[in-house]
Amino acid sequence: MSSSNDSQFRGYLRSDGRKGIRNCIVVAYLVECAHHVAREIVSYFRGQPVHLIGFGGCYPNAYADRMMQQLCTHPNVGGVLLLSLGCESFNRHRLAERVAGTGRPVSTIVIQQTGGTRKSIDAGKAWVQQSLQKLEEVPRVPISINELVVGTVCGGSDATSGISANPAVGRAFDMLVEQGAATIFEETGEMIGLEDVMSARAVTPDLGRELKSSVEKAAFYYKEMGHASFAPGNAEGGLTTIEEKSIGAYCKSGDSPISGLLKPGDVPPHGGLYLLDVVPDGEVRFGFPNINDNAEIAELIACGSHVILFTTGRGSVVGSAISPVIKICANPETFDRMSEDMDVNAGKILRLEASVDDVGKEIFDKVLDLVSGSQSCSESLGHQEFVLTYKSFEPIGPACLPG
Amino acid sequence: MKTEGKSSKLLRIHRDDNVLIVIRPIRPGDRDLLDGREVVFSQDVAIGHKVAARDIKAGEKVYKCGVPIGSTKQDVPAGGHIHLHNLKSDYLSTYTLDKDHVFVK
Repeated sequence: MSSSNDSQFRGYLRSDGRKGIRNCIVVAYLVECAHHVAREIVSYFRGQPVHLIGFGGCYPNAYADRMMQQLCTHPNVGGVLLLSLGCESFNRHRLAERVAGTGRPVSTIVIQQTGGTRKSIDAGKAWVQQSLQKLEEVPRVPISINELVVGTVCGGSDATSGISANPAVGRAFDMLVEQGAATIFEETGEMIGLEDVMSARAVTPDLGRELKSSVEKAAFYYKEMGHASFAPGNAEGGLTTIEEKSIGAYCKSGDSPISGLLKPGDVPPHGGLYLLDVVPDGEVRFGFPNINDNAEIAELIACGSHVILFTTGRGSVVGSAISPVIKICANPETFDRMSEDMDVNAGKILRLEASVDDVGKEIFDKVLDLVSGSQSCSESLGHQEFVLTYKSFEPIGPACLPG
Repeated sequence: MKTEGKSSKLLRIHRDDNVLIVIRPIRPGDRDLLDGREVVFSQDVAIGHKVAARDIKAGEKVYKCGVPIGSTKQDVPAGGHIHLHNLKSDYLSTYTLDKDHVFVK
């Protein structure tokens, strides 16, 4: 897969034309009350491609509806089992119809109708068992770099993140974009202080204005919350201000022009670099924009990301349901301590043993390894974290995707 | 990227920066040559942290990667550790834990 025409790697073809690099069944609970039953079903299939996702709330939310639809029809997903208690607000009928419309196997177990916990677990296990065999029938087709969507996020950042791992991801992003892939960076709350620098990279002036106003929205939102996107560990690691953290986060985007602004669930229409606006629209509701790193990862995956590039300095261990996470460790001391969790040691840059370009190429190659079927560290350790909470968004305007 | 001073422990990221990044732990008693002057470090500074590349006056903007990351709250001599005690955001305050693990602004 050294060029966009190379076809040595095979993806899973879905009915919308997108291709997956994984072929998993998701078991999705539609309210916290169905979480235990869903988890019991998934835990029975440990080591097999069966992932747990869900939404805990009992009240309706358009954002959560859309996120669940996009996740359940993600190209890495081959079948969906929905777990409903029976009385929650989540529209299980519409979600099941959307999934069925894509040709994927889907079934809904309503715990109140099925006769309680044990009967629901048994019914779910039987359905998953049968569906795992059906996954074999999904057509395998060549997949090229220009069909990939790659997202990036940073977590457990320290001051090394912004000088080693994040610039190296930026270099990998540039290589991916050059070969036609779509790449997504996010967390507008971590662009504060850089709004003008970033806007200047937009492919049109109107998009530049949209990018700038998304950061201003984030600054306003976080101000209302009384707290920037900044954790105590960031300060211990040498970061002092949100602007300083922003510079580090921002350089994950590389040097490509910015082709568009997405909101959670919007799939990039073609290759290029995109900013994902993760901060809710309207008045401040439902608390912090993203309560932790996995909430951001779930949004990147809802935008179609096949792979997530996760940079960390302090040492995060998380992975994700649905799409594999590559862990890029910025701090050489952290890498020495936690190497089993880390796919790439960007700390070599600080020890002057490798250049940013060298590590960028290593990350790019690691993406291709994952496409070819090898597992990332977090995948092989069984990490499948998932978080989805309440939010509200207006749809993106016409200036956000100029072509 | 190139190291600055004699010790190879400090990295200059951008030519306009007035801070340097610690890439190997600094120990008390370490010496370095910064802005044409010998500096003796009096405390540990961990990797990833910043020290002043030159004397910085109170209220000056601090530049890292060529971009302002806040303003100093007091004078900082060349080689001085720059962190929460002497640098503040020009946007949103930083909340963190103090030495007794109490959440403070």
